[in-house]
Amino acid sequence: MSTPSAPVIDLEDLGFEQGAHLLIQRALRDLPPGDELAVTGSDPALVVHLEAWCRQFGHRVHDPGGGAEGVRARVVRGHTDLNRWSAAERAGGPGSNGVVENPAPHWGLAARGALIEQGGPELPFDLTERKLVWADIAPNLYATAVSAQWNPDEAVQWEAEVALPDEVERAVVQIMTYLVENEQAALVIPARLLSRIHPHFREVVQLLAVQAADEARHVEVFTRRALLKGGEMGTSAVSGRESLATLLTEPDFSLASFLLSVLGEGSFLNLLSFLDRYAPDPVTRQVTRLARQDEARHVAFGVGHLQYQSAVDPSLRTRLRAAVERRHDALVDTAGLNQDVFDALVTLVAGEWTPQAVKRGYAEVQRLRTEMDEGRQHRLIRLGFPPDEAADLSALHTRNFM
Amino acid sequence: MALLMGAVAYDPKVVTIWAGFRSWFADQGLDFDFVLYSHYERQVEDLAAGRIDAAWNSPLAWIRTERLAAAHNWRATPLVMRDTDRDLTSVIVVRSDSPFHDVADLKGETIAVGAVDSPQATMIPVSFLRAAGLRPEVDTMIRRHDVGVGLHGDHIGGERDAARALAAGTVSAACMTDTNHLLFGREGTLSAGSTRVIARTESFDHCNLSVGASMPEDDMRRFGDLLLSMSYTDPRVRPLFDLEGLTTWLPGRTSGYAALATAVDETDFYDSAGGVTAGEEYAP
Ligand SMILES: [Fe+2]
Ligand SMILES: [Fe+2]
Repeated sequence: MSTPSAPVIDLEDLGFEQGAHLLIQRALRDLPPGDELAVTGSDPALVVHLEAWCRQFGHRVHDPGGGAEGVRARVVRGHTDLNRWSAAERAGGPGSNGVVENPAPHWGLAARGALIEQGGPELPFDLTERKLVWADIAPNLYATAVSAQWNPDEAVQWEAEVALPDEVERAVVQIMTYLVENEQAALVIPARLLSRIHPHFREVVQLLAVQAADEARHVEVFTRRALLKGGEMGTSAVSGRESLATLLTEPDFSLASFLLSVLGEGSFLNLLSFLDRYAPDPVTRQVTRLARQDEARHVAFGVGHLQYQSAVDPSLRTRLRAAVERRHDALVDTAGLNQDVFDALVTLVAGEWTPQAVKRGYAEVQRLRTEMDEGRQHRLIRLGFPPDEAADLSALHTRNFM
Repeated sequence: MALLMGAVAYDPKVVTIWAGFRSWFADQGLDFDFVLYSHYERQVEDLAAGRIDAAWNSPLAWIRTERLAAAHNWRATPLVMRDTDRDLTSVIVVRSDSPFHDVADLKGETIAVGAVDSPQATMIPVSFLRAAGLRPEVDTMIRRHDVGVGLHGDHIGGERDAARALAAGTVSAACMTDTNHLLFGREGTLSAGSTRVIARTESFDHCNLSVGASMPEDDMRRFGDLLLSMSYTDPRVRPLFDLEGLTTWLPGRTSGYAALATAVDETDFYDSAGGVTAGEEYAP
């Protein structure tokens, strides 16, 4: 029987080699330091092991073997375990309403909402401010993104009939080659950014991880379409690679997200719609349509994140504007879009080598550029830019589209 | 001038621990540094010669320090010790299904021990058996497991090998600390319930931080006060305490070394002036 002054724990035949410390720990948990716990049990090594265990964890064993009936030892509760957790704190809350403004670097990889023992290494995440990385739509976008994942083997009918004139097929291959190059940039950028974000902002990291996985699939399906008829890949011009290089070197999370997702992927939404509309074969149509669904989410996160940020930081728009201008200046002497890609887009619409068909193709590609420009202006206005400024900035966007 | 302490590098974690303490001391304004030794004998000799001011000493190294100090008329002080180094015991263990129930039953049997210089797994238990009437190599055979000779039993390998010999049935009994009996049971070196403790030594103390004659009285007091002020609640100290296996520093004491001193004399390990007389079997 236990009394308030001297609780007793009966271990029966359980030994310390079989987990007896769990019962002792539990019995000690609610005792104040200095109080005693009487221990009974039949394991022959009980007292030897209890003493060894207590010594290690800052408890003392007092009067072993003496006293009341069957009591083999008395543990005097120490305070080592309490000291370990005395300054512990919660790492915010587990839900998205538990995100804090500035998670501590030593919280490291701990789950959000976990009880954090003080101390430990400070991990080198440099994006640690809520206002720099968060968007309220991130949790929902992540959930949507996960449920919208598709398997390239099943979602695309690779066996469908594809028999295009050689030059149209070559145009498709050139466009796919260009898309793969741009998708690779779109894969690397969120992957690099997510490794810099404090894991406390879990949903943003998760969303970027799924975004990178989306881009990995896009790289796959565009490559498979390019190689479908067994030919070679198309060309990659210096101008396109220069344009993408300026995206990769932007270290600021918000600016990188702005240039990539709002302006670049935003323009790609129009391009992918265009390719869906003028696809000369079902495989080209399916791969561009699937990629477009994913890109719409990428753009939504970019816009959502920057809307959130510009609400808390009025100077943001000035910095966004400067980023566009900086990139424009860096690219001003480059050609922009690979000429082979432009010609391939025209060829795709024309479908044949008659002057009227080429004229129609050229006009449609011009219309695509206009649509891209209108889309960018629309998104810039959503971020709070006045219409005239939105028009100026959109005009400075890279001619490479991405 | 820096206060210089010696420590024996029985494990790479020794560097992490003392480098951590060093930076903690620096933050408190104490210029502390440490040097590493590959075994305890040279460390004790350097402490005696004043080349280091303090030494993290095994209990055996403390006994030699004490004897050298007495013989040459200088003062050695056990400044602090780990709470976990007080009141240890060693146990004599047999297989559960064996016919041995008492130390006397081990007459004529082979008993596994640790390294020749292990206080806890060899010297104190063998002295205990002798006191119980079992003269080593006369009434009973002692099978040593010499791993890390010169480390004074800090290397757990010899003790674990003794436990393995018991499990394998090549010896009738084995000697180890209570803590390691529990550890070997939990890690599976000895399967749970497969062994029985038939005897347990009186409690004894383990390591201490010994201060030699070269450290001025005031510095020693300051050093001791700082050590005793380290708290497990301090997030900078706690990981170091966890690595070093203590929950608080306690003042050093000399009351827990008598059993080992007896064992040292019985085996002529050191002479009364602190000379190493252990012979060829002890070659750190
Ligand atoms: Fe993509
Ligand atoms: Fe994308």
